[in-house]
Formats: sequence, structure tokens, C-alpha cells
Amino acid sequence: MADPLLQVLGLRKRYSVPVLDDFTFDLARGEVHALIGSNGAGKSTFARILAGLTLADGGEMRLENRPYRPGSKREAERAGVTMVLQELNVIGTISVAENLFLGRLPRRAGFVRSSALRAAAREALARVGAESIDPGLPAGWLGVGQQQLVEIAGALSRDCRLLILDEPTAALTDPEIEHLFHNIRRLQAEGVGIVYVSHRMEEIRRIADRITVMRDGRSIATHDASQAVIGGLIREMVGHDLPERAGAAGRPPGEVALRVRHLRAGEAVRDVSFDVRHGEIVGMAGLIGAGRTEALRAIFGADRKDGGEILVDERPAALRSPAEAAMAGMGLVPEDRRRDGLLMSQSVRVNTTLSTIRRHARWRAWIDTDAETRTADSFRARLDVRYASPEQAVEELSGGNQQKVLIARWLARDCQVLLFDEPTRGIDVAAKDTIYRLLRDLASGGKAIVVVSSDLVELMAICDRILVMAHGRITAQFTPADWTQDAITRASFAI
Amino acid sequence: MKLTSGNRAEFLGMLAIWVGLVLLFGLLTDHFLTLRTFATLANRIPALAVVAVGMTFVVIAGGIDLSVGSVLGLCGAVLGSALMDFHLPLSAAIFLALAAGLIAGTVNGLVSVCFGIPSFIVTLGMLEIARGLAYLTTQSQTKYIGSAVEGLSSPLAGLGVSSSFLIAVLVVAAGQVVLTRTVFGRYLVGIGTNEAAVRLAGINPRPPKIAVFALLGMMTGLAAVFYTSRLGSSDPNAGAGLELSAIAAVVIGGTTLAGGRGSIVNTFFGVLIIATLEAGLAQIGASDPVKRVVTGTVIVAAVILDAWRHHLTRRSRSH
Repeated sequence: MADPLLQVLGLRKRYSVPVLDDFTFDLARGEVHALIGSNGAGKSTFARILAGLTLADGGEMRLENRPYRPGSKREAERAGVTMVLQELNVIGTISVAENLFLGRLPRRAGFVRSSALRAAAREALARVGAESIDPGLPAGWLGVGQQQLVEIAGALSRDCRLLILDEPTAALTDPEIEHLFHNIRRLQAEGVGIVYVSHRMEEIRRIADRITVMRDGRSIATHDASQAVIGGLIREMVGHDLPERAGAAGRPPGEVALRVRHLRAGEAVRDVSFDVRHGEIVGMAGLIGAGRTEALRAIFGADRKDGGEILVDERPAALRSPAEAAMAGMGLVPEDRRRDGLLMSQSVRVNTTLSTIRRHARWRAWIDTDAETRTADSFRARLDVRYASPEQAVEELSGGNQQKVLIARWLARDCQVLLFDEPTRGIDVAAKDTIYRLLRDLASGGKAIVVVSSDLVELMAICDRILVMAHGRITAQFTPADWTQDAITRASFAI
Repeated sequence: MKLTSGNRAEFLGMLAIWVGLVLLFGLLTDHFLTLRTFATLANRIPALAVVAVGMTFVVIAGGIDLSVGSVLGLCGAVLGSALMDFHLPLSAAIFLALAAGLIAGTVNGLVSVCFGIPSFIVTLGMLEIARGLAYLTTQSQTKYIGSAVEGLSSPLAGLGVSSSFLIAVLVVAAGQVVLTRTVFGRYLVGIGTNEAAVRLAGINPRPPKIAVFALLGMMTGLAAVFYTSRLGSSDPNAGAGLELSAIAAVVIGGTTLAGGRGSIVNTFFGVLIIATLEAGLAQIGASDPVKRVVTGTVIVAAVILDAWRHHLTRRSRSH
């Protein structure tokens, strides 16, 4: 390569599983190098290591031919590497200029020199063609696209030579995207190297010079953008190991248990319709941000619905709150167990009976602790939950066992419709398998199950049907007869 | 009632601290370890005890109530006015005082929950409102009531303690049972631990969140009856600073201000510790400023001790 800016060799990082595994990458001065891959391929982890937010476990990075191993965001920025996050970091209540120079405001005797600050801010904004933004305005008054420009301007004013953009267009409108691309080209001309992480194929082909496909923490292939074919890229992202389907087929589906008609909720859920029958597992595939979590939450009444109709066992149900949804026989196992599911410091017993506490109480008020313990113990055998005693705090259990406690909570209520959001997130491989078997057993027992998952292999292993959601809509539906990872991934990208 | 061993150990720990404090004052002064000291203690604490019980519930649910002192003033004013201006019988006057507390507490809960305002702010407002209403009710006058209410606070023959002390002990026992054995108590602990999770478990967290403030309001009304009865008069300034003593008793008892964990019985020990400190320091002749310095130090030390003990038990469990 003519003018190397960054070289990455054999980078490794593992959390509970390896997320970066012998990852190799390089970037030239003035180049836009796109990184693509499915959810969980390791793109964000690499970006975070590069920006100094996480340390790698092994491997080597060289920036301008010097070893580069930033221990903090500050250190990375001093070396000229800045990341603009998907979640913007702008502080809404202070001015644009203060945001730009936060932590390094021009000072004299402890006081901010506001005229110097304004002048420097104008100059920084001009560099990204954003002269129209008044640096004195509170940053929160700007639109998302303009806030992003402010961040990029802030990065450049730190003498940035390597810019990491993580899903930069996720929240932008078309004209804003054009403006961003215009700026990216300008930076290229100045010799800034750009690592561009995105899900959007068309955009990547327009803006990138090269494209590297990541899968399971490795770089699978690097292409010149001009010669890349979208179909080929997707095949590389997916790989070819086909999932093992065990026991999902052959169940006769029952009556429709849940019918969702034209559901709308906020920006994320625009028009969602689907049915789930008793005894059926329906999967929901899609990219992060496609609106799947939001759809589940809206159905369950956790968030406001803006329109649409829901029928449970063919009876209209308003489901204005989780309490109403639970009354209608639904249960939700949320994506973030710790935040939305469990009372972490409380016991297995308390967590298991949380939704059925009145049934474990005499006169619906006086708790019968023995009955609670019997319930917890009955699920311990049925779901193979591992704990020392029902009085043990759930925070001491493994992720898989925590998940089982949450599932037990809804089974204790005899829920007929169960909504699972990423049911195996943060769960080790062996426990995943028991969760899969459990879901299939529940379906065989007549439960209607919806599973949102970013793991296609998982969905193909357990589901009877897979719906694909993109941009707040159901865009495709697959059955085992016609699904392939290629086809589902293609539909997820809405190509 | 079943107690887990951990629970019992906590009660015993608090009991040991209190006994230690009593013995310490016994060593420091000759007159402390007498029946009279204990009788005085027993008759001083009922008002603080019942408010602290209610406060424990609120704190466990993740809230706080700064208005209890003023609401006590208001309820006392209502009691005095009902007895002296309207010449109502004592039972009716007590009913009105409890009702006034219940209403003030319900307003706190409703405003905080329905408008999504932190209870700290809402009850800070109520602190001013209730005190103002107390002055309006009494025209800023202290009303002498006398024997009509004093009966509650006079020692019962043969027992040495007053009926208000016995009622307070009953309230503590009932409070502990409600917290550990009822659905309402379970909801409060759950809400204080993780309200989002409770909501997503299909429980509407609003009714218990409002009810817990209403309950504290009514406890405050009861405290006002005790307080008025002890003084024999209704004073619109009654209860000033009570919120701080009540919160101090709650935290000395090991209830975390973050919510989700706490014990009514330990709060009662917190009340005992505060009252014993006050009485003991007075007996050894400490001046008021010194008393305040010592009390403040004890509050902070108790919380540090509690945090440290929790750290240890957690570590021992995970090993």
C-alpha cells in the first residue's frame, strides 16, 4: 500500500466468547474503508479498541508505523484517532462551541475566553461546511444531522487523522446524508483516513474505497468497492454453516393465539402485522434498529401504541399496560434481563412469583411463603434451573439460569403467548441449547411464541416461520421450505 | 412469623449496638441505668417511632418524604382545633387528625406519581404548605388542651409505660409483618429494587406507590396525637425537624435510601438509638451543640458500618 495510516495484525479480544479472532485490517491515508458484517460480527468491538474505549487481548496495531495501543479515549485522540458514535455524545444544554472544545476551552486566568472560543468554533464548523450553524446556540436545538456535524467538526479540530464513523447515517435524512458524504470526500482530500462501519450496502458502495467483510471476529475478505457485488458480500457475511434443525417441524399448528394488525408505535414501528398460532414459534429477524424490540414492547403495552389492532385468541385487546397484557395471557421476556426483567438483589423465590404473587397469597394479600417455595421448586425441576436454594439472590446465578427464572415467572402465570427478546443474549453455548429445547417444549405444549433474535442460526434452528423486519415494517416472511441465510439477510438489509 | 437466619442476625446486631450504648451511658453516669430513664425513653419515642415506620416503607419503595414534620404540625393543629374550638369528643378529634395526615400523604403520593415528579420535590413543597396550614388553623396560637388528651401519654398503672408507647410497639410489629408477609410489602420492595422490572412483570406500580405515602401521612397523624398528648397542648410549630430524625432512624436501621432493602424492626432500633443518645448525653451534661455533633457523627458512622457489613456479607457469599 502506498501510504499506510493504520495496520492491524492478528487482533484478538474475548468477552465470554471470542469477539475478535485474529482480525486483520489496514487503512491508507485519505481512504474510506468500510467494515460490514452481521450483528455481533465484531465491528463495534474493533471500533472501540481503535478509539481507546477497550483494550485488545492480543495482536498488534500500528499507526503511521508506530505501535499504537491506546489505553483511553484521550490517548487515542492525542494520537489523532477519533470516533463519532452512533449514539451522539453532544451535550444538549451547552452551546455548540462549548461542545466542540469541551475539556480544552481557551482560558485566561481560569475564565473562558468566549470571543476566542467563538472564533475557533466558527473555524472548526467551516471545515465541515457548516458555517450556517451558530456556535452560540445550545447544541440540543440542532437536528441530529447537524449534531453529528458538530461531533465531526470537534474531532477534526483535535487534529484528527483517523476518523471512525459508526453507523453515521442511521438517524439522518437523505439531504443530510448527501451533506455528510460531501464532507467525507473533503476530509479524504485532506488525507484523513476513515473507518466506516455501516449496515447500508448501497451507501457503502457509493462512499467507500474498499470494503472488508467481518464474520465471527475475523476479516473474511476485502474488496475494491467498485468491484464488489452485493450478493457476494452477503454470502461472505453469512458464511455457509447451515443450522441444525432439531424437532421444530411436524407439529400441527393450532388456532391463532395472537393477531397483530397494522401496529404503529413511535418512529420505530411503522406498520407491523402478523399472526402467531398456538403451538407455533415465530421468529423475527432484522438488523439492530429495525424496530423489533419496540414492536414487542408496544404489543405488550410497555410502550404507547399509536395505532393498529391486537387480538388475543380472536378477541380485541387494548393492552394499554403490561398489567393488561399479562391479564390477557401474555408474557414478555425482555432483552435486558438485569434492567427490565429481574429484581437482581432479590431471591429466586421472589423473582419466580413476582407476576403471580396474589395467587401465592391467602385472601390475595397474605403471602404464603411455602407455596412460593413450592412453585419455585417445581420449575427448578421442569426447566432444569440450577441454584443452591430458592432463597439465593438471582444476581448470583448464571445468565442462562437467570433467563429460566424469568421464563418460570410467566409459566407460573400460565401465559399462552410468550414474547422473547434476544432470549440467549449473554448465555453460554450449553445453556443456549437448553433454552432452545425449552422453547420447543413450550410450543409443543400449545404456547404461541414470538422470538426476536439477531442470531439467524438460532432462529432457523427453533422457528416454524421467520418474519423479517426492516425500517419498522415486516418486509418478508419465510418458512423452512424456502429460507436460507442469504435470503433472510438480504431481506434484513431491505435490498 | 418465620425469620431467616440472616434476618435474625441483623436484628441481633442492632440490639447489640443499642445495649452497648445503654451500657456506655451507664458507665459514664450513675443515674442512667434506672427504671426512670427507661420510662422516660419509652414515653418520648412513640411519635418518632410511628413516623419512622411509615418513612421506612416510603424509603424502601424508593421515595422520601420531607413533609412529615409539617404534616405533624398540621394534624396537631386539627386535633387542637377540633377539641377546643368545636368541642368535639376526643375520638372524633383523633379521627380528624388521622384524616388530615392521610389526605396530606395521599396528595404527596398522587402528585409525585401522576406528574412523575421526584417525591423529594413534592414533599419539599408539602413541607411549606402543611406548616402554613397549621398556622392558619391555629391562628398561630398554641392551644392549651390539658387533661382531655394527656391520658394517652401518662404511664399506665402497673406497667410504667403509656398507651401511646404500646400502640407504637404494635405499629412496629404490624409494620414488620406488612413488609415481609403481604403482597403490598412485596410490591414496595420490588418497586424500590427495580420499578421497570415490576411494571414489565405485569404489575401496575402506581397504586402501591401512592398508598405508601398515604400510609405515612396517616402514621404522621397518629404521631401528632401522641405528640399533642405528651405536651398537653397543640402547637403549630410542633414537629419542626422531625423529617431529619425520622430519616436518620431509617438509615441507622440499615434501610438504603436507594430503595429495595430495609427493615421496620431495625428502624425501631434506630429510633431507640437516637432517643438513648439524646437522653444519655443530656444526663452526662452535654450541651445542645455537643449533642448535635455526636448525633450527627453516629448517623454517618451507622451508615458506613452498614455499607461495610453488606460488603462483607456479599463477599463471603460469593466465595
